[in-house]
Amino acid sequence: MDFTLSKEQEMVRKVMKEFAEKEVKPIAADIDKRGRFPRENVEKMAKYNMLGIPFPVEYGGAGGDDMAYVIAVEEISKVCATTGVILSAHTSLACWPIFTYGTEEQKQNYLIPLARGEKLGAFALTEPNAGTDAAGIQTVAVLDGNNYILNGSKIFITNGGQADIYIVFAKTDKTKGTRGISAFIVEKDRPGFSIGKIEDKMGIRASSTAELIFRDCIIPKENLLGKEGKGFKIAMSTLDGGRIGIAAQALGIGEGALEETIKFIKERQQFGRPLAKFQGLQWMIADMATNLEAARLLVYRAAFNKMKGLPYNKEAAMAKLFAANTAMDVTTKCVQLHGGYGYTKDYPVERMMRDAKITEIYEGTSQVQQMVIAANVLK
Amino acid sequence: MNIIVCIKQVPDTNEVKIDPDKGTLIREGVPSIINPDDKNALEEALRIKDEYEDVRVIALSMGPAQAELALIEAVAMGADEGILLNDKAFAGSDTWATSTALAEAIKNIGEFDIIFCGQQAIDGDTGQVGPQIAEHLNIPQITYVEGLKLEASKVRAKRRLEDGYFIIEAELPLLITATKALNQPRYPSIRGIYEAFKGDRIKVLTAKDLGIEEYKVGLKGSPTRVSRSFTPELKAGDLVMIEGSPKEQAEGLIVKLREARII
Amino acid sequence: MVNSALEEYRGVWVLAEQREGQLLDVSIELLGEGRRIADKLNTQLTAILLGYRVDNLAGDLIKYGADTVIYGVNKLLDTYTTEAYTKVICDLIRGRKPEIILIGATNIGRDLGPRISSRIHTGLTADCTGLDIDLENRRLLQTRPAFGGNLMATIICPNHRPQMATVRPGVFEKAKYDDTRQGNIEKFTPNLKEEDIRARVVEVVKEKGSELKLEEASVIVAGGRGLGGPEGFKLLEELAEKLGGVVGASRAVVDANWIDKSHQVGQTGKTVRPDLYIACGISGAVQHLAGMQNSKYIVAINKDKDAPIFNVAHYGIVGDLYEVLPELIKALDNIDEIMENIK
Repeated sequence: MDFTLSKEQEMVRKVMKEFAEKEVKPIAADIDKRGRFPRENVEKMAKYNMLGIPFPVEYGGAGGDDMAYVIAVEEISKVCATTGVILSAHTSLACWPIFTYGTEEQKQNYLIPLARGEKLGAFALTEPNAGTDAAGIQTVAVLDGNNYILNGSKIFITNGGQADIYIVFAKTDKTKGTRGISAFIVEKDRPGFSIGKIEDKMGIRASSTAELIFRDCIIPKENLLGKEGKGFKIAMSTLDGGRIGIAAQALGIGEGALEETIKFIKERQQFGRPLAKFQGLQWMIADMATNLEAARLLVYRAAFNKMKGLPYNKEAAMAKLFAANTAMDVTTKCVQLHGGYGYTKDYPVERMMRDAKITEIYEGTSQVQQMVIAANVLK
Repeated sequence: MNIIVCIKQVPDTNEVKIDPDKGTLIREGVPSIINPDDKNALEEALRIKDEYEDVRVIALSMGPAQAELALIEAVAMGADEGILLNDKAFAGSDTWATSTALAEAIKNIGEFDIIFCGQQAIDGDTGQVGPQIAEHLNIPQITYVEGLKLEASKVRAKRRLEDGYFIIEAELPLLITATKALNQPRYPSIRGIYEAFKGDRIKVLTAKDLGIEEYKVGLKGSPTRVSRSFTPELKAGDLVMIEGSPKEQAEGLIVKLREARII
Repeated sequence: MVNSALEEYRGVWVLAEQREGQLLDVSIELLGEGRRIADKLNTQLTAILLGYRVDNLAGDLIKYGADTVIYGVNKLLDTYTTEAYTKVICDLIRGRKPEIILIGATNIGRDLGPRISSRIHTGLTADCTGLDIDLENRRLLQTRPAFGGNLMATIICPNHRPQMATVRPGVFEKAKYDDTRQGNIEKFTPNLKEEDIRARVVEVVKEKGSELKLEEASVIVAGGRGLGGPEGFKLLEELAEKLGGVVGASRAVVDANWIDKSHQVGQTGKTVRPDLYIACGISGAVQHLAGMQNSKYIVAINKDKDAPIFNVAHYGIVGDLYEVLPELIKALDNIDEIMENIK
């Protein structure tokens, strides 16, 4: 077993860290407060191929690998979980299914501009009545000559309203349950496609979470992704990879909070000595560091399996379950260690705590991860 | 057009810790970076490459084997190739010996139009190697550059002084030392990183490859020696703490300063 | 160089820097230190002055302590250019063989010094903050900061002459002007042609007023990481203005781009010795302290009562600078009332 990263991955980490510190961190608190989508940083990430890390150069990507991508999400999320999820949703949930299931023509038309970062992507599965129960979606697509006509709505769509290209799931055959679901590539300017409510959220406040509305939205037949009826499989396998991205985001949030807290407790004095000198607090720090390290190993392991073409369904679920729990636990304790200061917006840990919560919910709640893990273990 | 950029790999001095007893640097765990001013030098070269056709940018460094990573990073940023001078014979070089070795390497490269260096390195802060290279090569230099325009075979540079600036013009070839005000360096792109590690973009040269006599470089070729190093001493003040509410503290301070006739 | 050759080199030189006919303060500081060193070596102190129509300065250099002034006059030396100055000075060095040359570590001195040392093939120590002599072998002990001021190193140049150093402005005290001093002024016209200057100065722009003179300020209000962000400097500026001072900064905030490098105080920034130095949210990294610890009065305002800045401060306030500074600004307006009240 070899725990060393490649030289390329190490340099990716160094550059992502520098980019995060210099470009992302300075605006993180402000965009959170205003709920402002950081378009300028999306453009900067595009410039440096950060929006297409694991895809081949011929498809507009950086020619990197899954591990480098995970490291990028982790480093960005250390300072700003919002920017982390923009990157993760775009890469894992929009680029990846086109790369994996798209025709050559679809890759040329959609993957290249996405991986280059000229366009931003999103993934639209969830509906008001179909969250964890994804098979229950009610959006329908009806074939009409050379087009599909899409009707229905999606909610809680990350990058919604900001993205240019959406992977949308709809029923093409209501009689067939999960096998009646198909995936479509939908550009934002398709007639009949509009953006509805933008959510006002607890955390990751600068990411756009939107409702998508399809009213007789016309999609050319060529935009069917994969075969008709394969949509559910595409959605589930996409989410398997997406979970690694969210697990990396959770890991980054936890690590970022711990870094801030270590700095704080070394400076903050009570009873005439720095907080870091109190053994009870040291124990908390030790536990947090250990849990984060365990989370990191799970996340990297899942990325490693994906990179090597090994199964990663269970590994991704475990990584996300554990990293999300750890992020929530660590950020809560970090706020605690900051005392009253931690509860104010003068310190970033309260934002990190709010941001951490979503990692237990989206791209499969922790309970969904437990279902996936149990299904694997009890096979 | 050939542009040579001299870069140095340095410990990040913001992270440097000193062993107070020995007066030496604790290098362990200190990240190595491309010297910040050298990134401005590289950025300026890359901007010329972006603007004009047929520009080749060569990053040149002298240092231990691990300095190769600094050159790879330079290639990832957009340099065409990197050359590392790596040889035990170069160890212990002061600025004179360093500039001698780098100048020899530049002669070895052959044709060049502009040499860019950073104004100074954060570990040594001398700012000497650039001008010394220019002298070894008998070309003009413009230091402290914070604005640069290339016009045909001539440059026009804004050169910072403490009390203003000079506008300086010179024909190519010449040497420029870049300050932070010159530009905002780009990051290496992720694609650039993966490409930079492929193939042999970095050439490693020894003193013998350059045909330099060993007595001219390294410790032997260095006119200066470090006779001792130590941590800076501090002068303790006679501290008077001023307590109370912020208002009481502020007024207390004003009283003290007035009594001491400072204000 | 063999030892007998080293013996041929005698005398201490100071390269006097003038801009528009004004002698820089650092040159006067160097004459003071150069005098001390020359006396220790029992040798002569020579000032080198290059320019055009700056005869009055030649006399001043004597009054400030030089035994001899070598004064090169040429229109091409009116404004500094690397190549003209290097040529004239190298010719002088080869002809007269000084053992020590001191140069102000200004943006010009740091351009000229390395060019000369490279041509002459001798050592040059940059940005010295301390000089001394090892009398046994007439070595110049040149002390300078390294690694961002985290470390000090003493450099020697054992086998090459002259021993050259650039010296940080503000480190040494200015020499006293002594009207009664007499000395030699050797005026000459260096042989220079236009073609000798390949990098030509086509425009000289002065930025007086706007230019920050940290070294000359009698009051400095300096900010560090404790400000929390670049906006905090507005408050410092307000206070500095009230006190007739200027704003300084720690290395950390300059690196973070909160404020321009010209404000930086410390080993790698400017060495200052104002009458009053107010350090706000500066923890007092050793490299910062070294640039300001010679200030006459140091006030430290910091949240952390154990911050090292308090070790060099005369007055300390533990508190939030965003609470204390506005009160301080208010108090300055009511200073008479406050003084009245305590009576």
